[in-house]
Amino acid sequence: MSYVPLADQAQELHHPQSWVTRYVWSQDHKVIAIQYGGTAILVGIVALVLSLLMRMQLGFPESFDLIDPSSYYQAVTMHGMIMVIYLLTALFLGGFGNYLIPLMCGARDMVFPFLNMLSYWVYLLSVLILMASFFVPGGPTGGGWTLYPPQVSMAGTPGSDWGIVLMLLSLAVFIVAFTMGGLNYVTTILQARCRGLTMMRLPLTVWGIFIATILGLFAFPALLVAAIMMLLDTLLGTSFFMPAIIESGSPLDYNGGSPILFQHLFWFFGHPEVYIVALPAFGLVSDVLSTHARKNIFGYRMMVWAIIAIGGLSFVVWAHHMYVSGMNPYFGFFFATTTLIIAVPTALKVYNWVLTLWEGDIRMNVPMYFAIGFIFTFIHGGLTGLFLGNVVIDMPLSDTYFVVAHFHMVMGVSPVLVLFAALYHWYPLVSGRMYHEGLAKAHFWFTFLGTYAIYLPMHYLGFLGVPRRYYALGSTDFIPASAQDLNAAITIAALIVGAAQLLFFINIFWSLKHGKKAGSNPWGSASLEWQTPDTPPIHGNWGDELPTVYRWPYDYSVPGAHADFIPQNTPESEEPTADEQHFDPDHDPSMADL
Amino acid sequence: MSLFKHITEKPWERPGVIGGPDPETAFDAAPERVALVIFLVVASVIFSLLTVSYYVRMELPDWTPLSEPAQLWLNTGLLFVSSVLFQWARNLVTDDQQKYLMAAFVGAGVFAVLFIVGQLAAWNSLQSAGHFVASNPATSFFYLLTGLHALHLLGGLWVWSKSLIRLLSGCEVQDLRLSIELCTLYWHFLLIVWLVMFAILSNT
Repeated sequence: MSYVPLADQAQELHHPQSWVTRYVWSQDHKVIAIQYGGTAILVGIVALVLSLLMRMQLGFPESFDLIDPSSYYQAVTMHGMIMVIYLLTALFLGGFGNYLIPLMCGARDMVFPFLNMLSYWVYLLSVLILMASFFVPGGPTGGGWTLYPPQVSMAGTPGSDWGIVLMLLSLAVFIVAFTMGGLNYVTTILQARCRGLTMMRLPLTVWGIFIATILGLFAFPALLVAAIMMLLDTLLGTSFFMPAIIESGSPLDYNGGSPILFQHLFWFFGHPEVYIVALPAFGLVSDVLSTHARKNIFGYRMMVWAIIAIGGLSFVVWAHHMYVSGMNPYFGFFFATTTLIIAVPTALKVYNWVLTLWEGDIRMNVPMYFAIGFIFTFIHGGLTGLFLGNVVIDMPLSDTYFVVAHFHMVMGVSPVLVLFAALYHWYPLVSGRMYHEGLAKAHFWFTFLGTYAIYLPMHYLGFLGVPRRYYALGSTDFIPASAQDLNAAITIAALIVGAAQLLFFINIFWSLKHGKKAGSNPWGSASLEWQTPDTPPIHGNWGDELPTVYRWPYDYSVPGAHADFIPQNTPESEEPTADEQHFDPDHDPSMADL
Repeated sequence: MSLFKHITEKPWERPGVIGGPDPETAFDAAPERVALVIFLVVASVIFSLLTVSYYVRMELPDWTPLSEPAQLWLNTGLLFVSSVLFQWARNLVTDDQQKYLMAAFVGAGVFAVLFIVGQLAAWNSLQSAGHFVASNPATSFFYLLTGLHALHLLGGLWVWSKSLIRLLSGCEVQDLRLSIELCTLYWHFLLIVWLVMFAILSNT
């Protein structure tokens, strides 16, 4: 039986019959994307507040009585885990992946809409389980986001009874949700592209999400296996990871487990996780840069190959997180080498972003501010990664604030700047309205400069040897008193940056009602998601007929063409004339407020 | 189209419809089949990581080899028969023969259920002999590996039962063809996983 391509099948869409099936139990990828995004941002706010509480303690340890050592460690742990898994992974893949994949592929929906809906609700369940740990006896786990045994299960660690169980359970449930979503994303990209849309005509956003999803499908099983084994250690008394150990003077029942085995499993997931977050960000920022520079992305093929290469290499660098864990030093040499190698395709992408800007007809719209800001922070975070990737440099810097500064710059601030770039870029498509330009630019400057005020000094604290994870520094010979002044300054900057995020929320909610009408394609974008008959796209996306793609998504400022962009679904014979489709910045609705 | 056939393509040079009149797909297969194959890869990663963990953990001094119950040989036979019956059902539906289809399809599921019952019996006999889940890392791994494998099989049985209900309710056989094909693929995969695990458990 020959297979009829999906786009040729008379696809039976799940048509919503009521408000509940339209907005709650929805199978529409766009609604699910907003559900994913909203939940991720809400839980991200919890993580942001936790980080501000930590900063208050660090900046003014004698002045506030906000948190005790236990709740400090709980805040550290929950902040890290929420930000990495429940915010960034969920928002990039569940949010942007869901919204953009079918639209950029010219499909009506994901190939398995019911599974897609289930994915969101299971994700929500995982979030609720995690949040429940705030309310159980002992509170959430305080063992650090890496959850290293045996410490995480010992009585002295906060949340060692209920908290750790709920954390592991929540992670396992999250992985089930991710797998359901991931199967959908990959299968949709592989099997449901519209006519003429070859893999090499896909926007880099789709490539980034595609490879990141494959990484997730291969990497999350390591976390699942580790979580199940640790759950059994905690609940049933097995000794997969728990070694023979004495607690409060009494030997525990554990015997002979391997904590290092847990670390290997955790980081076999943990390092690809960096790229599960980074690759979608790379894709999104590439499309934002190209659109607002009115220029095709520089080195499209190299960008695709680099995404694939980074994806492959990300599985052979995990132990650079374990140089000081007692691992065989020869392994360190191998992993340092692979770590430096992965810098090559990553650097290639940075060069290509900069070269995309070179001589572009740059429009300094808000998404462009955030995209250029990302290039700065990513270069800084990437360069410090070269320091830490080398064993001999990592040894003295390990467990200091230098590491905190590094990973926050490279996988905290950088992806978040891309998130904002993408949120502002696609906001007109999702809402049909433009945001307020002035508020958005203020949001950018507070966020961009503020994060530098937070993280640049942290590098210096790291060089001083200030250890991370400490509730209070106390008095030591090697940490000067001025370090505490720096800590206070960092905290003030963090509070300002935290408060500045209100500008974003005020803007998006205010603009939903009061923003200017965006029109069908306010940025003059060539990619397919902006070519739907309706803005925002309605259920089914494409009206009666699916689009046909005639070109790649980066036909900007094509020599000889009259218009400065040619949409992907425009045939050669119908290329627009200047009168029909010239993108005029003077009539850009986003500028109307200024 | 092969997934990476055009990876060297210069998309900026070729305006126009590439690939003729058909929509673009990477594989000439139903999306359900593609998704299942991807899921099998994911499941393979899970069992591979457990196997690596097993070998790493057994190097540590507290490991006491477990002598597996003989029941496992019978269970292996049951799963093998289940897989063979699925293959038979698949062949029948491919040839559009309905005569023995019900027997083959029902039998395949029943033997899978018997396998799970047999695994529970093996657990029971181990516990009777004093080998509990936390007794020793070898027993812990035994329960973990067999439990996760059974969980995957239960997931398969859920799909099988949905297909069986459709078959019993008079659904056109050809409408069930894909379900039966995918069940067969899934069962073969779980048989292979079990054979590898059984070999590891028996030889260590």
